[in-house]
Amino acid sequence: MNFETVIGLEVHVELKTNSKVFSSSPNGFGAEPNSNISVIDLGYPGTLPVVNEEAVNFAMKAAMALNCDVATDTMFDRKSYYYPDNPTAYQISQDEKPIGENGWIEIEVDGETKRIGITRLHLEEDAGKLSHEGDSSLVDYNRQGSPLIEIVSEPDIRSPEEAYAYLDKLKNIIQYTGVSDCRMEEGSLRCDANISLRPVGQEAFGTKTELKNLNSFAFIRDGLEYEEKRQAKVLSSGGEIDQETRRYDERAKKTILMRVKDDADDYRLFPDPDLIPLHIDDAWKERIQAEIPELPDARKQRYIESLDLPAYDAEVLTSSKALSDFFEETIAEGADTKQASNWLMGDVSAYMNKHLKELDELAITSEGLAKMIKLIEDGTISSKIAKRVFAELIEKGTDPEAYVKEQGLVQISDEGQLKEVVSQVLSENEQSVIDFKEGKDRALGFLVGQVMKATKGQANPPMVNKILKEEIEKL
Amino acid sequence: MTRLSSEQIKKIADAIRVAVTDEEAEKYAAELSEQLKVAGELQDLNTDEVEPTTHGNMAFHNVMRKDEPKHTITQEEALNNAPEHEDGHFKVPAIME
Amino acid sequence: MSLFGYTIKELEEKLHKKEMSVSELVDMSFDRINEVEDDVQAFITIDEEHAKSQAKQIDEAGYKKEGLTGLPVGIKDNIVTKDFRTTCASKILENFDSPLYDATVVQKLNDANAVTIGKLNLDEFAMGSTTETSAYKVTRNPWNLDHVPGGSSGGSAAAVAAGEVLFSLGTDTGGSIRQPASFCGIVGMKPTYGLVSRYGLVAMAPSLDQIGPMTQTVEDNARVLEAIVGQDKQDATSIAADIESYTKSLTEDVKGLRIAVPEEYLGAGVSEEVRESVMNALKMFELLGATVDKVSLPHSTYAASTYKMISSAEGSTALGRFDGIRFGVRSENADNMIDMMKNSRGEGFGEEVKRRILLGTHVLSSSNYETYFEKAQKLRTLISKEFETIFSTYDVVIGPTTPTTAFKIGDDSIDPLVKKMSDILVAPVNLAGLPSISVPCGFSEEGLPFGLQIIGNHLTEGTLYRVAHAYERATNHHKKRPMLGGANE
Repeated sequence: MNFETVIGLEVHVELKTNSKVFSSSPNGFGAEPNSNISVIDLGYPGTLPVVNEEAVNFAMKAAMALNCDVATDTMFDRKSYYYPDNPTAYQISQDEKPIGENGWIEIEVDGETKRIGITRLHLEEDAGKLSHEGDSSLVDYNRQGSPLIEIVSEPDIRSPEEAYAYLDKLKNIIQYTGVSDCRMEEGSLRCDANISLRPVGQEAFGTKTELKNLNSFAFIRDGLEYEEKRQAKVLSSGGEIDQETRRYDERAKKTILMRVKDDADDYRLFPDPDLIPLHIDDAWKERIQAEIPELPDARKQRYIESLDLPAYDAEVLTSSKALSDFFEETIAEGADTKQASNWLMGDVSAYMNKHLKELDELAITSEGLAKMIKLIEDGTISSKIAKRVFAELIEKGTDPEAYVKEQGLVQISDEGQLKEVVSQVLSENEQSVIDFKEGKDRALGFLVGQVMKATKGQANPPMVNKILKEEIEKL
Repeated sequence: MTRLSSEQIKKIADAIRVAVTDEEAEKYAAELSEQLKVAGELQDLNTDEVEPTTHGNMAFHNVMRKDEPKHTITQEEALNNAPEHEDGHFKVPAIME
Repeated sequence: MSLFGYTIKELEEKLHKKEMSVSELVDMSFDRINEVEDDVQAFITIDEEHAKSQAKQIDEAGYKKEGLTGLPVGIKDNIVTKDFRTTCASKILENFDSPLYDATVVQKLNDANAVTIGKLNLDEFAMGSTTETSAYKVTRNPWNLDHVPGGSSGGSAAAVAAGEVLFSLGTDTGGSIRQPASFCGIVGMKPTYGLVSRYGLVAMAPSLDQIGPMTQTVEDNARVLEAIVGQDKQDATSIAADIESYTKSLTEDVKGLRIAVPEEYLGAGVSEEVRESVMNALKMFELLGATVDKVSLPHSTYAASTYKMISSAEGSTALGRFDGIRFGVRSENADNMIDMMKNSRGEGFGEEVKRRILLGTHVLSSSNYETYFEKAQKLRTLISKEFETIFSTYDVVIGPTTPTTAFKIGDDSIDPLVKKMSDILVAPVNLAGLPSISVPCGFSEEGLPFGLQIIGNHLTEGTLYRVAHAYERATNHHKKRPMLGGANE
């Protein structure tokens, strides 16, 4: 039997506000345990939550960037569960009236563009962190109350590949809005996946399983691929899928049962009486809308239309906000557009991949890159020398102009000076001159090499070529 | 209205992590069943067109906080009130269902 | 000399004229506590040293007639105090000695230089109406020690009625200030929802809870309320009302006042004595120039069920935080996390608390939500609208505060009709978020007091004080003192 895969994703993104969503405690990653806390975060009796305006703004911004309708009236609910990471035994979340609904993003898979619906986006608080040690567990509440948005997709995703593309696009858009770093390794982006199979042509959804503990986009894709095969096998052999939660074991490369869902999964949601509903009027919406920067699709379009970049370049550059911003800064410093694109997609990206570093962790600046490109363009340095300058620039951030001057790397384009060197080379390599005259073109290459060698690579290669030919003619 | 059994009471108690003895469960089952029976009077009223009141007051929208971080209590103060703590953390027995 | 018979204004005069020091006034409070507290059992925690050193400081700095300077106050023990243990009358908070912060009202009392004497008994987590569910002690009614003071603010009412403190703070979720005020013959005000910050009030039902003053006279009550109102940035439900001067509204003028008397408030369950006194009070208002009309609030008869569903549901989530991890008492009997939480809560909570949170959890579950919880929220809307209609024509609604006088301690044979009527009289006010005051209205044959309840529209506390004050001036109920500990005058 042939099956169609149906996938829906739930993504949690941590917002980078200065303070927490319902208290004034600092919101941040990696402080001393239980230091970024208040009586509110610890659920002390009598304390009350008051929502952080910026967290609402950020959630609205993300909702708008994901093409959601932003609610005019939004409300917070209590979601009950008892666990040590949850100080009040209820998480403040949003149920009936989330901030955003009915959004979508477009993904591209195998050259096809596809729209994936976003059911809802809501604001909620994060929980504390538990670590287990022998016969006890330790709790750190620093993360308790950090603002999160949960983004729930429609079950529009049809393959693990599409799931990957969706996550990549979602992350990219949210990074563009600036409301989160979306760093999976720091937990500021987390994802749960629901997957089910149904016979091709059938409308009703099959029973789904939920995948948790997915630590990278690649693992999500791998986990879904495994689950897709597992379910197909079960169904093909006449079995049934149980509604259960599974985790992906990265080493074993399989999904493993965590627990079967039952009716005990009742969160008893109800409106939080401590938090008066928010009314988001048009003026507020317009103010946030105006703050949303150009998003990746629009930027890509602009690169193609206004900057004359090939579609491929535009796609690669805008696939990361950091890369794209760097590119814009570089051309703003006066670098040639295509050259800037080439260097960033080529040597810069290669360096990042090799050293597993983000752009903002590198010493290179857009100003430096622009200077280097200009030095190449105006013939000050040769492309060969440029490689040396670039190595220095990306490792240490050295100013290319100063470096070139200091190291004496300026290209020799003075005809008189070059003629002298050429004469010297010709007199020392008579056989090559003869060879060339007899039609052996290769000999010219050798002679050019000798000139370059004599000038420590600084001679302007086209000029060397020209002068060599002229001088040989004269002989 | 259906009657609550002591098993149901135990299940509810489990969900909110409250230990109840068998005798307590029996007693609560009877008492809560009675209370729910009385509350059944609410079903007499047609409220199809009525909006639920969810808060103590609704007229005052948009009470929000500025995004200004503040340290208010120290780790030491927080941990001093805890039954058990270790290495800057609150300590609980191992998690085992 | 005792605190009895003196209003805040009179004591201020004495302090101002140096006829008395703050230390002497605070000593007076402790003398009375030494005299009667063994009988009354109003306090859970008393800190004599703290109070006396505060009094001494005020005297040394020189008494200034401002705020509530030097006046001895008791605070219900579900209001968080940084300097005093806060127990909520529950074993689970027995060791909660340093709660790390002050409730906003406590901050305001401190700013006003009031002297806190101690923390007052209540029903555990305010869940009850007799103060008998306290895990620590049974508070007794100063008018007759065999009777309850009412609840849940029973300690707050008894301490004022017994003259142990000049005034106290109580909390009212479904009558918990007004009912004990009625039973103890004092004045209790439940303000408009949101008028007084709830930050630091340990929640029972957050959409219904409100803090209010309990005093010997209406004027004192107005004085205390003035000191504790105001919008609080830490409480999103607190409101930015124009804070009128409540003491200025005490004009005694009720000419033209339109009074509505709901027939449901005088129905079955209301004792003959109470009914008669309320009718007399209404006649008196007519003599003073007010008009009195009978009206109907038909949905108020559903107030008991509505209140029970909403308060138990909200309460069940409000009490989830007591888990033996960050504060409070942890059970010794557990070797894993789940059992630790279960046993800490099972051992730490009393019977009534468990009963209510079990009920609340049940009605919030997805299969019961609509039938019970949402239904009650809809009834709440109907009850509020009913009041809205009445207040479009009338200034105040008047009825009894309680259908009877205080019950006997341990009495478990209370007439269900009386129980139901008790809720009908007080709970609709909380459901609608309205202000309501109870003032002494008379005494039963056995000498137990009961109150007259005056309910107003949102933010009409000034009107309520004016009407209550007029009634107080026209009667002598508030001048009677319980026979307790010898000389009471």
